[in-house]
Parts: sequence; structure tokens; C-alpha cells
Amino acid sequence: MNETVNLKTLMASDKPLTLAIMAMGGQGGGVLADWIVGLAEEQGWMAQSTSVPGVAQRTGATIYYIEMLPARDGVAPIFSLMPTPGDVDVVLAAELMEAGRSVLRGLVTPDRTTLIASTHRSFAVGEKEKPGDGIGDPTVVVGATDFAAKRTIAFDMDTLALKNGSVISSSMFGALAAADVLPFPKEAFEATIRGGGKGVEPSLKAFNAAYDRAKAKPREEIASSPPKRFDAMPETAGHPDLDRLVHRLRAEFPEVAWPLLFAGIKKLTDFQDPAYADEYLDRVGKLYALDRTNSGESHDYAFTVQSAKYVAVAMAYDDVIRVADLKTRGSRFNRVRNEVGVKQDQILYMTEYMHPRMEEVCGTLPKGLGLWIENSPKLFAWLDRRINKGRRVQTGTLFWFISLYIVAALRRTRRGTLRHLREAEHREAWLVSATSLLSRNYDLAVEVINNRRLVKGYSDTHARGLSKFDRVMSALSSLSGREDGAVWMKRLRQAALLDENGIALDGALKTVATL
Amino acid sequence: MAERSFAREVEDLKLGEGEIFRGEGILAITKALLQSGVSYVGGYQGSPISHLMDVLADAKDIMEDLGVHFETSASEAAAAAMLSASVMYPVRGAVTWKSTAGTNVASDALSNLSSGGVNGGALIILGEDFGEGSSIMQERSHAFAMKSQMWLLDPRPNLPSMVQAVEDGFQLSEASNTPVMLEVRIRACHVHGQFTAKNNKRPDFTLKQALENPVRDVNRIVLPPANFMQDKDKLERRWPAAVNFIKEKKLNEFFGPEEGEIGIITLGGLYNGVMRGLQQLGLADVYGNSSIPIYVMNVAYPTIDDEVIDFCLGKKAVIMVEEGAPEYVEQTLHTLMRRRDIQTRLHGKDILPLGGEYTAPVMMKGLKTFVEMYDRLLLGNQPPVPDPTPILNDPKVKALAEVVPARPAGFCTGCPERPIFAAMKLVEKELGEHHVSADIGCHLFSILPPFNIGGTTMGYGLGPASASAFNVEADKRSIAVMGDGGFWHNGLATSIGNAVFNKQDGVILVVDNFYSAATGGQDILSSRAINPNRKTNNSIVNAVKGIGATWVRQIDRTYDVAKMRDTLKEALTTKEKGPKIIVASSECMLNKQRRIKPQFAKAVKDGKRMVKERFGVDEDVCTGDHACIRLSGCPSLSVKHTDDPLKDDPVAAIDNSCVGCGNCGEVSEAAVLCPSFYRADVIHNPTGWDKFMSNLRSKVIGWLQARRAAGRIVFAD
Repeated sequence: MNETVNLKTLMASDKPLTLAIMAMGGQGGGVLADWIVGLAEEQGWMAQSTSVPGVAQRTGATIYYIEMLPARDGVAPIFSLMPTPGDVDVVLAAELMEAGRSVLRGLVTPDRTTLIASTHRSFAVGEKEKPGDGIGDPTVVVGATDFAAKRTIAFDMDTLALKNGSVISSSMFGALAAADVLPFPKEAFEATIRGGGKGVEPSLKAFNAAYDRAKAKPREEIASSPPKRFDAMPETAGHPDLDRLVHRLRAEFPEVAWPLLFAGIKKLTDFQDPAYADEYLDRVGKLYALDRTNSGESHDYAFTVQSAKYVAVAMAYDDVIRVADLKTRGSRFNRVRNEVGVKQDQILYMTEYMHPRMEEVCGTLPKGLGLWIENSPKLFAWLDRRINKGRRVQTGTLFWFISLYIVAALRRTRRGTLRHLREAEHREAWLVSATSLLSRNYDLAVEVINNRRLVKGYSDTHARGLSKFDRVMSALSSLSGREDGAVWMKRLRQAALLDENGIALDGALKTVATL
Repeated sequence: MAERSFAREVEDLKLGEGEIFRGEGILAITKALLQSGVSYVGGYQGSPISHLMDVLADAKDIMEDLGVHFETSASEAAAAAMLSASVMYPVRGAVTWKSTAGTNVASDALSNLSSGGVNGGALIILGEDFGEGSSIMQERSHAFAMKSQMWLLDPRPNLPSMVQAVEDGFQLSEASNTPVMLEVRIRACHVHGQFTAKNNKRPDFTLKQALENPVRDVNRIVLPPANFMQDKDKLERRWPAAVNFIKEKKLNEFFGPEEGEIGIITLGGLYNGVMRGLQQLGLADVYGNSSIPIYVMNVAYPTIDDEVIDFCLGKKAVIMVEEGAPEYVEQTLHTLMRRRDIQTRLHGKDILPLGGEYTAPVMMKGLKTFVEMYDRLLLGNQPPVPDPTPILNDPKVKALAEVVPARPAGFCTGCPERPIFAAMKLVEKELGEHHVSADIGCHLFSILPPFNIGGTTMGYGLGPASASAFNVEADKRSIAVMGDGGFWHNGLATSIGNAVFNKQDGVILVVDNFYSAATGGQDILSSRAINPNRKTNNSIVNAVKGIGATWVRQIDRTYDVAKMRDTLKEALTTKEKGPKIIVASSECMLNKQRRIKPQFAKAVKDGKRMVKERFGVDEDVCTGDHACIRLSGCPSLSVKHTDDPLKDDPVAAIDNSCVGCGNCGEVSEAAVLCPSFYRADVIHNPTGWDKFMSNLRSKVIGWLQARRAAGRIVFAD
């Protein structure tokens, strides 16, 4: 027994400093790990890093782990090859959700962990592929990291690095230096970058920018999703037609509906003309009148507000004319130049990938002609064979530009097209279902208005959206008598946005059928 | 090795006596081979040992200087067969691969090799792909050692120990005339550390000498009656010789106090984890001092009975620490102790988990239980151990599980395999779902979202063979996918030959990306690069035709989604029987970018006219349905929230990492998705004619745009 006690007193209580880097393949997590190890060795410490990279694939989440400690009496410390949850001093997360993952793995604990995280997002396939909004709520991550970490340094280190002509490993190294968790001076960090010999100047620039940023303002506020842009209504818009629209809006509608109504008239003047926006105000005006007679005031005119949004969406449908118009605008040419980052001495050409079908052509024709062709299957098929193929439209060349320019000019005759007729019919049927509910089940009527969200896209996607809309609406008769009908309707809509084939929606509809 | 240079790592291989090597474990092992006077090296690339192959492939001058022959073997079987050079001749040879996947492939040759035995040292370096980061089934290479009586080294995971194990391995092989396997786990391969280097050594006896002075001994050939004699020799002479060598050279190690109530027996590779567990329990320190005796088996097989008995005698209990199932060593020790009637209690997987990785918390928990059972006082007043459970149980952290997305590895930006699976999805929409047999390689990512294609995977180059049972009359045909890597590894004979011979009426899709891409972009037979050391540019189409296939289609640009779709449809519906083989070829984008990025930059710098392509999305045209993403999954095609109050869902967006492969545009065109995508061609160093035309067009277009804008009555933006 005594021997054991003696042995124990001989034991050192030294513990290695431990760091974990959470990154995605291709983010340069290996470079960062090498820098940290190089820095420690340069300062006379022993250091070990390990990783579990696949060889080539670039996108998966991966982790690098580092331990460091000075050698004692020439005896090298024994380092662990993997982190122990609850035993990590520094976690460097190269993306917001990876910071979340480090917490989930138990690597971040309040007694010891400094969390250095980049708050930018790189969305996972599972988030991107949803037909609706599948993006994970960043505030949940912030809530968890704030709770779990002893100290947090978190800002967008990716953008900061890019701005300085470098990559995220440099800015994260800067934030690590600023965190003062490694017992090495800032100059030693810089010397490590210089020792690497590759892209030294941009790396140092990003390093220093991140260092300063982490010292000055170590935290960045994060909202669950960026706010929507509601423009202030102008006193005068520079044209009597526009001023009249704004005046009508103020005079005829409750203030709570103004922001969306203004967004609506803005969109529809842009889509068609001021007269079309006027029609819109007429249409929403009728809905507002019904809203008032059905005690809408006690609901903050939710029916009017949501109608202001979705009637505008429905009236500004996505047709060939709209696409041609948007693609040929000068403002669009400039936006692409900026996005692509074209320099003064470079020339930019755009190629659009379009695949028109005879359906779209018929939609653009006057309704009588369009219907006649649609009702002549042989003619339709013959024409479709000529029309229906992928076309690479070079918008920067005169032939293609002028072709699109002419299609965009069809805007003047849009109100007479077959597509317009169809859209109007669909819209009215939808609004009738909603208004007929208003007196019986106000909340459900609002949800019916909201269902318009399901109709979007072009071609097959548009058809699929319409069919989802129809399927969700099919539950209306069984829900209209229920007090919780609105809640169920909302659930159905959310289910419809979860997957492409409507599997979740089928399940939800079955549940509704059993109510 | 085509597009990535390992020149810096090659420099590390040149270090001489007394210099400090700093780098990865697997590179240290590579250096150790050269220090051991190896004559030849072969292997098949794969994580975690790819770098050994890659660096040696780039180290031609060193290899020539030392007179070492290096070969990129066609498969692990080829590599293992290569070791037969050491059967009769006193030459040292080493081969390497990913295990157990590769050892399975190699085991035919390995059985023959170990039965006949070797004269020269034969070393097999196994990248034990087990635990986190592994991409294969979780098995132990240990079984191969036991069934063939090959010796298995499992050194402590630090560079000096691993380097020593290489030299020891060769000597052990020679002393016992038996091939030796050296097992290194994933993290040990990728561990960064240091060791003191020695000079590289030229082999004493060269392959040239061997070739010019052939020797044979019929007793070394596995055929009766020699095979029975070999069995006897193995058990009665070679095994004891190995045990003696291991004892004499003290390959296994003892740490901690000489005496103790309890003891720990661990495989070398798990030593650091054991020590960290003990350290957290206050039973060891970080410099290797332990209050419990530890016996480290750097030789996992064979067991050295006397050492085990000496260690166990006088102890109440010992625990055996070995990772993975089953508990081979523990079983051996039980047999041994029963036979010798030793009453020391033996624990192992009754306390530690049966399977899975032995992480530090797992070790700590198991060791704590063991110590509590027999020597509780040793634990003292039990310092607090790291424990994240209170944090993990908090609702705030639990909520994360719903939000943090899974992020498996997937196709790279611009990957040419993406459009192939997009086309398959389009075909699926028309003709319904099909049975799809997948294979090993990058293309296996098709099983993940957004593609969700592929039902089984049976091994490298075995995709089409694994569809062979479905060769029956039916309304649908099977589809089998195989990469070019798998094709040359095994697939040509085992899958294509099998399909041709048996008239397999299915579709075989060979994904040809010009490299063994998943293992790091090594050249293979059909690579398009000119490699001075290898014969490349051998056509897959010619190969399958040569073996008798008749319905063969070559697609030279996989990004042509419409053509890809139509060809697949044709293959699935044609009246012709027998295998329908589609070879879909486009260069691996990761390697292509490595190749062309510097070329492009140089050309621009030299003032040449160059066109850079990338894709974009018109935000106001996109309606946020994300159908494009469900047919792509490209990392550069993402989504973003918009500030438009009339839009609910995020719109598609393409970031600056886009390489302009064209997949988005082709897919939206073929699937008739939407007109949101555009390709932006940026002309660097435009010619005079370019400028003239651009000016002219801009003037006319600008005038038209201004004319229309002036006629529009809209609110200012």
C-alpha cells in the first residue's frame, strides 16, 4: 500500500493543453492544425495533432485534435489521439453548425472551454433540398454555445478572410491569438505563418484583421433569419399614377396592412403597370370590406394583411414575359457584373439555360388562339416538337437580346393571354374558398390565403406546386367545421413543404382524415 | 500520382542520421522502410495509408539511388503476390493497403505466402480502418494473422515506436521465416510527431542479383506433400522461433511498478488511450508513470505465453484491452491460464464494450470499474473526471440535435459524377425506380441525399457482379454502378467478364473520372494523363469489348445530362439481351482544378485571351422550390434568405467556389426546371475584335434598355 502512495506522490499533475478543430473537408483545417503544432514546437513545446480525414472528399464534417505540453526532464509526454468530452481547452469551429456539433459531442464545457467559432453558414444538403425553408435556426446554436462555453469568440471569420484575400484558417488563427489561451506571443503566431512560405501576405492580413476584430468585438449578434425589407412609403413617387396608388393605400386600408400593400403595388407596377396595381387594390379592398364585417378588427385584420401579400404574389405570376423582362433589364446586367466580379478590362457574356415548351407558348398567346391550339392535340404535338428543347440564350448578343426584348414587350397584351385567364380563374376560386369561410372560421380563412405559398416555380415544378395546393385544399371541407381547423391547415402546409413527392403531406392528410 | 505534388514530403525521406523527422505517422513508416534496406515496395492506395504510396510514387530519384523498386499494384492481391520475391531470396519487401477491405482481397496470396514461408523479410503494413473516420465494415485484421499464423505487430502510436516496429518487423520475419503484418490505426497514420532519423540503407542483396541467379525449392510450393510439411514447420519451428525472437528483443514492454494487486494488458496501439484513462482516474501521469503494472503487447500475435504468465502470477486480476470484436487475445489468454492452472482473474470484454472504438472515456469507465472491483483504495479520493453529461442533458443543448444537420462527405463542387446521378433520377421519374447495385468509390455518395440511389455495395469492382442474380425475365432491368478504380482493380474480370459470360441482362454504368479519385487521385490504367513511369490511356471501352461485350456506349462529357438520360433510357429499354455497358467519362473536378488552375492563371498573366466560366442564379426569377438542389447537391449551389417581403422561402444562390462545370444549367434544362440559371463567361485579355463587338453590342443593348426603362412607371428601388 505504501508503495502505491509513494508512486502517486511521484506523479506529475501536468495536463496537456488540448484543442479541437471542427471543420468541413476542404476548409483548411489541416493547415490550421499544422500552424498550431508548428507554433508550439517553435516555442519549445511538444505537440501532437491527429485527424481522421478521408483522402479526397471535400464536404464532410471532420475534426482535428491537438495536444501540447513541454517535455519534462527529456521525457516526452504521452498524448491522446482523440479528444475526451469535457476535457478540451479550445474548440475552433470553422462554421456555425460545426460549433453546434462540437457542443453536441460534449467537447465544449463551461469549466474550461474557450469556443472560437465562425458564425457563417455553409448549408448542408438536408437543409438545402427542402421545397420550403429547411435552414436550421442559428439562434438555437447560439443559445447552446453560450450555455456550454466558458468564453466565446464568434464572428464571421470566413467573410473576413475572403475580404483580406485569404481563407478561413488565417482568420481563425488570428482569433486564436487574440483569445490569449495559448501562452505564446502574437509575434510567434505571425512568425509561424511566415514560416509556412505560401500566401504569407494575405494570410497575415487576414490574421491581423481577425486578431483586431476579436479583441475589439468578440461577439456578433445573430438573428434567426435576416429581416425583410419594408420600404418607407414615399410622399411623392415622381408620377401622378404612382402617387395616386400610395394615396389610395393610405386612405382605404388599415395601417397594419400598409407595408405589405406597398410591397404589393411596387411589385405589380413593376410586373405590369400602375393600372394593374390599381386592380390589386380593388381586389384586396373587397377582401378588406369582408374582413371588417367579420370582426376583422379583433384579429388585427390578419385576413387583409395576408391577402395583401398573397394576392400580390398570385397576380405577379411567373410567366415567359416576366422572365424575358427580368433577363433583359440593364439593372440585371449590372447586378451580374457585380456578382461575378468583372473587372474594367474584362468582357462579360451571359448564357441563359431555357427550356420553353408548347404549354408556355400557348400561355403567352391570346386566349382564344391558345385554347384552340391546346384543343388540337395533333397540332399541339407538332408544334411542341419544334419548340420543346433546351436553348442556350446568349443575352449579350444582339439576336438573342432582341428576341427576349420582343417577348418582354408582350407585357402590353398580357391581360389577354391564356395564362392570364388561367391565373385569374385559379385566383378567384382560391379567394372564394377563403371568403366563404370568413364568417364561420376566420383563422382557417387566413390559412387558406397562406396556402398560396405552395404555388411556385415553372413547368413541372409549378404543376407539382399546384397539385400540392389542391391536395392541401382538399382537406378544407373536413376542417371548416373544426375550431382547430386553422392549426391543422397550417400543419398540412408545412408538411407539403417538407419533401418533393409529398410523402409527409400524405401522412398528414391521413391524420386529418381520422379526425 | 498525377495532379498533387508530394515534393515537400519527399524531402523528409532524405533525412540522415541524427536529424529530426517531423511529420505524419504514415510518412515516418515510409522513411523507416528506406532505413531498413527495403528492396521493393508495393501496395494499393486507400485511406489511411494512401500517403505512403503517393510519396514513394513522387520519390523516384531516391528510390533509384537506393535501388528500390516501387510499384503501384493493381490490387491488394497483386501487392501481396509481389511479396513472393522474398520467398527464396534474401530481399526485404513491404506492401501496404487499407484493412480489412484490402486484406480480404489479398488473403489468397497471403495464405500461400505464409504457408511456404519467406527467406527475406516480408512486411505488410495495414492501415487499420476502424473507428471514427473509417469508411469500411468494422472488423479486425487480427483474424488473418491467426488463421495463417502470420505475425501481427501493433506498436504504440508514437513515431519512434512505429519506426522501430518496421525494423523489428523485418528482423522478426527473417528470424522466423514468416511474413509479418504491421497494423496502424487511422489516427496513428495521421498523427503528427517526431523521431530521430537514420541514414537510408541500400539493400544488401538486390533484385537484380536474384533475377540473374534464380533459386527454387519445391518444398516452398503449396502442393502436397509440401503443404503438410509446411504446416508442421510453421507450428513446430517457425512459431517458436518467432516467440524466441520477440522475447529476446523485448518487443513487448512493461510499464509501471513491478508488483501490484492488479494489472493491465493492452495492445500497443491502444496504449495512449489506456494512459489517458488512467491519468483521468489519478492512476498515471502524462509522462508515462503508472501506479498499475501494464504489459504492452506491441506484438498482438503470437502471444508470448511466458511473458503473460509472469505478468499474471501473483496478481488478483488483470484486464485485457483490445478493440473490436471478437476478443481474440482475451480468448487466447483464457486458454493459456486454464491450461497452466493460473487462478488470476482475467477480464476484458465483460467490462469493456464488445465493439466500437475504445475512446478515452470508454477506457476510463472500463478501467475504473476494474479497479473498483479489486483494488478500490488505489483510486484514493477520486478526483473529478471530465464529464459533459450535465451539459448534454440541458434542454438548450438537446435542442441542438434537431438543428445541427448531418454532414457526410459528398460529391465535390463540379464533380462529373453528379450529372450522372441527376440523369438517373430523371430516368427514375419516367421509368420508375430500379434495383441499383452500387460499388466502392466516390460514386457511392449517390446513396445519400439528394440522390438516394443505390441499394447494396459488396466490394471493390463487384457492383455488376452483385446484380448477377437479377438475370431473369422481368419488366425492369437491374442497374449496376462501378468506378474506373473498381473496374481495373477487380471489375473487368469479376464483374464485366461474369456479366458477358452469363449474358447478364442488365445495365452496367462505369464511372470513369480518369483517376482513382476516392483514394486521392492516383493514376490508373485508363487515366488520360501521360505518366512517364506508367502506361496510361488504356481505354475502358476497348477492354470491355475485348472481353466480349457488344452493347457499349461511351459518353465523353457526363455533364450532358440529356444525353446521359437518353442513353440510360435506351439501355434500360433496348431489346438487346446481355450486359448494356455505358462508360461515362469526365475528369475528376478536384484533380482537374489542381491541373488547370495554375495553367489558367499563367495564361492570363501572359496576356492570353482566356474565358472563365461560372454560374449564377437570377434571384428574382427563382421561386425557391429548390428542385435544382434536389438534382445536384453541389456545395457551391446553395440557398439564401431574401429580403423580399413577398417571398417566403430562401432562393437558390451560387457562391464563388463555382467552377463552371455546367451541371446546374444542364439539369434545369433537361428536367425543364426553371430559367433562373445563367452562365457568366468572363473574357480575360479580350482581343481587339472582342472589344469592338462588345462595344457595339453594349451600345445597342444599352439604348434598348434605356428606352424601355424610360417608358416604365415604377417606384424607385
